[in-house]
Amino acid sequence: MKQLLEGSQAVAEAVRLCRPQVVAAYPITPQTHIIERLAQHVANGELEAEFINAESEFGAASIVLGAVAAGTRAFTATASQGLLLMTEVLYNIGGMRLPVVMVCANRAVGAPINIFCDHQDSMALRDAGWIQIYVESNQEAADSMIQAYRIAEACELPVMVCMDGFLLTHTFEPVALPSQVAVDGYLPAFRFARTLDPTQPMTLGGAGEADNYQEYRIAQHDAMENAQTVIEAFDADFGEQFGRTYGGLVQGYCLEGAQTVLLGLGSLMGTVHDVVDRLRDQGEAVGALRLRCFRPFPAQALVQHLNGAQRIIVLEKAISIGAGGIVAAELRAALHQAGIMTPVESVIGGLGGRDLTPEVIEAVFRDAKSDELEVTCRFAPDHAKGGELHG
Amino acid sequence: MSIFYEIRFHGRGGQGAVSAAALLALAAFEDGFESQAFPKFGSERRGAPVEAYVRISSAMIRAHNQVYTPDAVVIQDASLLRSEPLLQGLKNGGLIVLNSERQPDDIDNKNDSLRWICLPASRIGQHHLGKPLPNTVLLGALAAGTGWVSLTALERAVTSHLQRKGEEMVKANIEALREGYGFASQTEELVS
Repeated sequence: MKQLLEGSQAVAEAVRLCRPQVVAAYPITPQTHIIERLAQHVANGELEAEFINAESEFGAASIVLGAVAAGTRAFTATASQGLLLMTEVLYNIGGMRLPVVMVCANRAVGAPINIFCDHQDSMALRDAGWIQIYVESNQEAADSMIQAYRIAEACELPVMVCMDGFLLTHTFEPVALPSQVAVDGYLPAFRFARTLDPTQPMTLGGAGEADNYQEYRIAQHDAMENAQTVIEAFDADFGEQFGRTYGGLVQGYCLEGAQTVLLGLGSLMGTVHDVVDRLRDQGEAVGALRLRCFRPFPAQALVQHLNGAQRIIVLEKAISIGAGGIVAAELRAALHQAGIMTPVESVIGGLGGRDLTPEVIEAVFRDAKSDELEVTCRFAPDHAKGGELHG
Repeated sequence: MSIFYEIRFHGRGGQGAVSAAALLALAAFEDGFESQAFPKFGSERRGAPVEAYVRISSAMIRAHNQVYTPDAVVIQDASLLRSEPLLQGLKNGGLIVLNSERQPDDIDNKNDSLRWICLPASRIGQHHLGKPLPNTVLLGALAAGTGWVSLTALERAVTSHLQRKGEEMVKANIEALREGYGFASQTEELVS
């Protein structure tokens, strides 16, 4: 049965159903509602977990690192500057291959200070050895938490579920929450093979020298590559048990016969799907592809889905300053590697919460029909300046 | 029947525009529609202008952008009319539910194609809740003025949303809701 839930509530309820034993966090907008809800559950005895209000995000990340190393399931959430403050610890979690699960409530990074959504925060952590899943709706956010624990624990890799701050965290939408019995059936109890145990001492995260350090990175990279099939399989299995799937790594929309395909991440894609429907009604051969899993980067799946396109637009809410679109650059590399020379237009938009309206997205589609693709990247027009939309 | 409505709430930080939007979305959901409620993504400060939005639809709502052309506007604080473009984008024939002691003749920004429901929602709120809270009164008036959500569904939404604040709070809010509904049902619609 569906309920109307705020995104933060939906995620907190899904996390509760995963039975974490340790929840640690430090408050930061727009993540705070998630942790508040979990704190309430712990206080009310509805979740048997230790709730630790950390002194900083660095502390919160360190606590979940230790908790998982001690063999318990753990959860934390943060955003923006909080995520950046966690950075050092997140690399360590990645390097130790600890199956920590966290939520990044995507928010812009200062300066200038800004609390609204873009993907600059989590994109900055793309090389930290974490799986990153970007969700489109509150339903997917909740379901992805349950998938995330299973993926993390099966692969011994940490998973960051990235949900758009405010656009999802503070939006009420209908969400179906599975039953505890169903979640217990999907997600086995956590048994960590490398649990720290004083009776059998072992070191985690010790020194790696020049003669073996690189092997750690190779193993990590291989584990990430192998995670692709796991992510797909667990999403498919989720579909069989709960009736909802999200395409695993990528999710196509109206790709059949699509000449122009827009690739994007997160909640923006719901609006894109509405625009695709409208343009299709007008006879335009357009489609959309959602990059759900950004790490590991699903090069093969992307190539398969984009093979028929004549023109590709990547619309992303982050920028590698001095280089351009991050996803666009990686997609160009993947297509080039596969011998596909389809032009990829890189469009940056929605930074710092700028609204990506249907009108803006339509303009992005329309402008891509021009043959001016020589620029490295361009910026989406501003809805507030209507004139830019009708160039 | 295929429907799609967008509603914008204007209030000041602390007046509960975001809660009002959530209540309306809950009621529409109770009535069997798809709905979505969200705040204007701004830093919330007490007293500062605040906006919140609701979408009600017979089809699944996928969009996650803000509302620019609402079908109705609910104004919790009439003083905002002087400083904010509250009617911007409001569709032709759109409805304004205004918390005000004054009749629409006194109100600036009047536009011939718009419909107004003015009611002293703070006073009614004060009477039922002991505080000048206009929220549920205005929701009742909106429901009576549009028929987009049922009074029963609003009552259920109030009950579930305010449950944790105690039975008395729920009861008082339902009375406020009903008075707002009754007020707007009895009042001749003030088409200018």
